[in-house]
Amino acid sequence: MAWVRKLLSIDRRIIFLLVAAGVVLPLLFPLNLPVTLTPRVKAAFDAIDALPPGSKVLLSMDFEPDIMAELMPMSVAILRHCFRKRLQVIAMTLYPAGTGLGERALTTAAKAEGAVRNRDYAWLGYKSGFQVVMIGIGENLRGMYPVDFYGTPLDSIPVTRGVNSYRQTAMVINVSGSSGTDYWIQFAQGRFHAPLVVGCTAVMATDYYPYLSSRQILGLIGGLKGAAEYERLIDDFGDARRGMDAQSLVHLIIVMLVIVGNAALFISKRAGDAGGPAAGSMTR
Amino acid sequence: MIETWVAAFLTLCVFSFLYKDNPFYRFAEHLFVGSAAGYLLAVQWQNVLLPNVWTPLARGRDLIVLIPLLLGFMMLARAWSKGAGIARWSIAFYVGIYSGVAIPGYMQAQIFAQLADAAKPWPAGWAAVNSALVLVGFLTVLAYFFFSAPHTGVHGAGARVGIYFLMVAFGASFGYTVMARVSLLIARVQFLLRDWLHVLPSP
Repeated sequence: MAWVRKLLSIDRRIIFLLVAAGVVLPLLFPLNLPVTLTPRVKAAFDAIDALPPGSKVLLSMDFEPDIMAELMPMSVAILRHCFRKRLQVIAMTLYPAGTGLGERALTTAAKAEGAVRNRDYAWLGYKSGFQVVMIGIGENLRGMYPVDFYGTPLDSIPVTRGVNSYRQTAMVINVSGSSGTDYWIQFAQGRFHAPLVVGCTAVMATDYYPYLSSRQILGLIGGLKGAAEYERLIDDFGDARRGMDAQSLVHLIIVMLVIVGNAALFISKRAGDAGGPAAGSMTR
Repeated sequence: MIETWVAAFLTLCVFSFLYKDNPFYRFAEHLFVGSAAGYLLAVQWQNVLLPNVWTPLARGRDLIVLIPLLLGFMMLARAWSKGAGIARWSIAFYVGIYSGVAIPGYMQAQIFAQLADAAKPWPAGWAAVNSALVLVGFLTVLAYFFFSAPHTGVHGAGARVGIYFLMVAFGASFGYTVMARVSLLIARVQFLLRDWLHVLPSP
């Protein structure tokens, strides 16, 4: 079973090269694979789409550069949908490094949809303290954010004028890469009964399925796939949809590698190869 | 232009670790840690200390902010072995406040609301199958994690079924994790090919 031993001893850098090819080739030569819609993302889209024009939406973009690959396209897609629907967005972040990213998502979406700062959206910036901030917004928004990110008092901004708590907003949307989403569910939804839509990284997505079933959240957008679905729903072809061909191909490569690796290991054991895989093997 | 080249260089430095550890990777790693720490310090000063402490003190003469400021300084006393006792006062205050804030919210959102959902009447049609699966999964996984009785008989059979539910959940989480990691790679490659090398069209 020399070929099996050889297969199990394959240099892991060959696998890296395979994955790299799986990413680069579909980006250069798009396959245009279809992006199928899931009920979770459709529910999120429908919840936002059902809001009447002029409604105020609180959007918290709680992520930092390490996960912006997933959450930046998602934020831009949600914002574009809000601006297209003429919803007024009050945006904020609970992460210090999220200040630049949130502002970038807002300006990108605003440029694409012709939205104007202070008329269509307000950027409150960063505030530390997760639960304290969420409870504080429920009691008095100005206690947490007396001024916006640029130092303008909230009463001077048309979007935030008259907004004192969740009661004056039609919905809270949380785009997050951390357990901060749990706190939004506990406080914004649980304590202040604000309708909540969640966008999260793919790693987190399964943790939030139970909240969909219990209607604690109205919709769930998970990872780059969720962002791609949202882009399809708003008829946009952004970074998420561009990346889905690569995503699908790499998944195929990984599935093939898992099958081949396990089959080789199984054959190796059946043949009584007690030595196990050599150094540098796929199972290391 | 320059920032794109710098970002591309640092991305390639980090990717070089896939071949093997090397000075370029370590340079990028140390640069990231240092610049991230500096950035976070500046943001905390600008967005937390300045508006919450300095401005109320300097402009409003709001002396109440001295109390949390003092509690914050007491936390730093842990840096000295003799100051550990002083720091405990701040920590006790923080733990007390946090527990009071977190426990009711957690119980309401994560326990009561979920229990109510698990016990609600099943809907008609195929949705009832989903509800039945949720209920069976809920009970059998609980049976698996009940260690006060031996896993034998009906309890043991339930626990074994619970293991299958757990395996399916772990598999789904692992699949999503793979998707998340690949997404990060795709974004970096998109950056290299589009913003740096200009071989992909701009959005």
